[in-house]
Amino acid sequence: MSAATKMTTDELRELYRDLILDHAKAPRHFGKLEHTTHSAQGINPLCGDKLSLYLDIDSDGNIRDAAFEGSGCAISVASASLLTDTVIGLSTAAAEKTFADVTAQIAGQADDAVDLGKLHALEGVREFPARVKCATLAWHALHAAIQQQNTAASTE
Amino acid sequence: MSASLATARADFPALHQEINGNPLVFLDSAASAQQPRSVIDTVAHYQQADHANVHRGVHTLSHRATEAYEGARDRIQAFINAASRSEIVLTSGTTESVNLVAQSFCRSKISARDKILVTQLEHHSNFVPWQLVCEQTGAQLVVSPITDNGELDLDALQANMTDDVVLLAVGHVSNALGTINPLKKIIGWAKERDITVFVDGAQGVPHTSIDVQELGCDFYAFSGHKMFGPTGTGVLYGREALLEDMPPWQGGGDMILEVRLDGTVFNELPYKFEAGTPNISGVIGLGAAVDYLQAIGMDKVAAHEKELLAYLTSSLAAIEGIRLVGTAANKASVQSFMLDDIHPHDLGTILDHQGVAIRTGHHCAMPVMEHFGLPGTARASLGLYNNHDDVDRLVAAVEKARQVFA
Repeated sequence: MSAATKMTTDELRELYRDLILDHAKAPRHFGKLEHTTHSAQGINPLCGDKLSLYLDIDSDGNIRDAAFEGSGCAISVASASLLTDTVIGLSTAAAEKTFADVTAQIAGQADDAVDLGKLHALEGVREFPARVKCATLAWHALHAAIQQQNTAASTE
Repeated sequence: MSASLATARADFPALHQEINGNPLVFLDSAASAQQPRSVIDTVAHYQQADHANVHRGVHTLSHRATEAYEGARDRIQAFINAASRSEIVLTSGTTESVNLVAQSFCRSKISARDKILVTQLEHHSNFVPWQLVCEQTGAQLVVSPITDNGELDLDALQANMTDDVVLLAVGHVSNALGTINPLKKIIGWAKERDITVFVDGAQGVPHTSIDVQELGCDFYAFSGHKMFGPTGTGVLYGREALLEDMPPWQGGGDMILEVRLDGTVFNELPYKFEAGTPNISGVIGLGAAVDYLQAIGMDKVAAHEKELLAYLTSSLAAIEGIRLVGTAANKASVQSFMLDDIHPHDLGTILDHQGVAIRTGHHCAMPVMEHFGLPGTARASLGLYNNHDDVDRLVAAVEKARQVFA
């Protein structure tokens, strides 16, 4: 293997950025909501990661509140935590757009013009194909919840 | 053939590569073992020169393929000391072997009044097929508990062997924890009560010599790919008298003597249970894997791995923040562990980054994880080719993970 393809500690730090570790160790909006209008489960059958996403969406289609619970690796928990932080206050249309942008970014197909703010922290996963599903699990649950598919969203 | 433990590592081409810029350390043989050059070459030679369908043609290639395929069956018979080649049913793996016994032996035999006894230590493949046949027949599935160090609770197991238990399904070695079950003792108890015993030997065969007649079990199943052979191959050993009584479980070509419009006469053992064109190249490769293991000697493999497992376990235990999961007195080849509150998948990624391959997750043994209240573990598992350097590299990689998450 050439030196050019040798992975470095920097790449590992790209995946496990301080922001990711912070959200993994102290997830925001962890638990249930008092009032849930939409919810979905995210299940990764490969590794058994499982989370529930709860949304409180008002009659105008704005997300008043969001929370999640479940267990998973640092990447999936941090991603869910960042998600809830991000979508509170967004319209469902804007949240759906963010879902599309984030999943495109993680797949390496992002439009450079899109500014995802702190969600850029998730892009380190691109170099770790085995972990992409961990990063997108909560986002697929968000999409399913908004679509009112109150069934389980799966990464498979 | 000649092969020796001292030079075994050189026999496995896959071990000699770099992963993410570091020499590969392969500690995931319990999931699937690497193959020696002799297995790879045997399969390649067959594909290039000897391939044809077995048991069918009068032409030379079909004869060669049949000789090689049936020759592998003879080697397997000798390897586990079965009394007859009729007792060696070739399957796609342990999973198919379990399903065969569940659907052929149990389904025709049991009713809602009966019980099947399993343990909480089992791999899903020695659990779900029994669950299914119980649902189909109304029989009750009884799950015998484990202790906190990952051993079978033998008192409970004995107590669970009641008169209405038709079959006990138990593993030889736990894939998740490495526990070696005291099979002779357990089989003895079962036989006193006329209980048929099925042993999942997937994790036993690669690590210790097996003598099915000495064990006294009724069925013993294992997989080719865990014993350095190709995937898609496996074995069901069954006592001849039991196999004779069992109905076929899949119909098709090769399992018949005569097919008429009004019925079929089934083939003799073991072909009654081998419908359709088998995995010919894989089985021939499995025969080469048996040759390889016999040339090295299973007693030497067992002694080497015992010493190495002790080194692995003590080295891991010395790392700050490590919790060993599975601390049975008698173990083989496997150590599961947790590091601080780091999720096993994160640990797996950080180790892979350093070229160290381990398994992370529930290891297809969710009932075991449930006992320990864990979503999964990190698991290092050994094969005959591993050495002290591999363990040292694992330890260094785990230390690095602590730094990343510090």
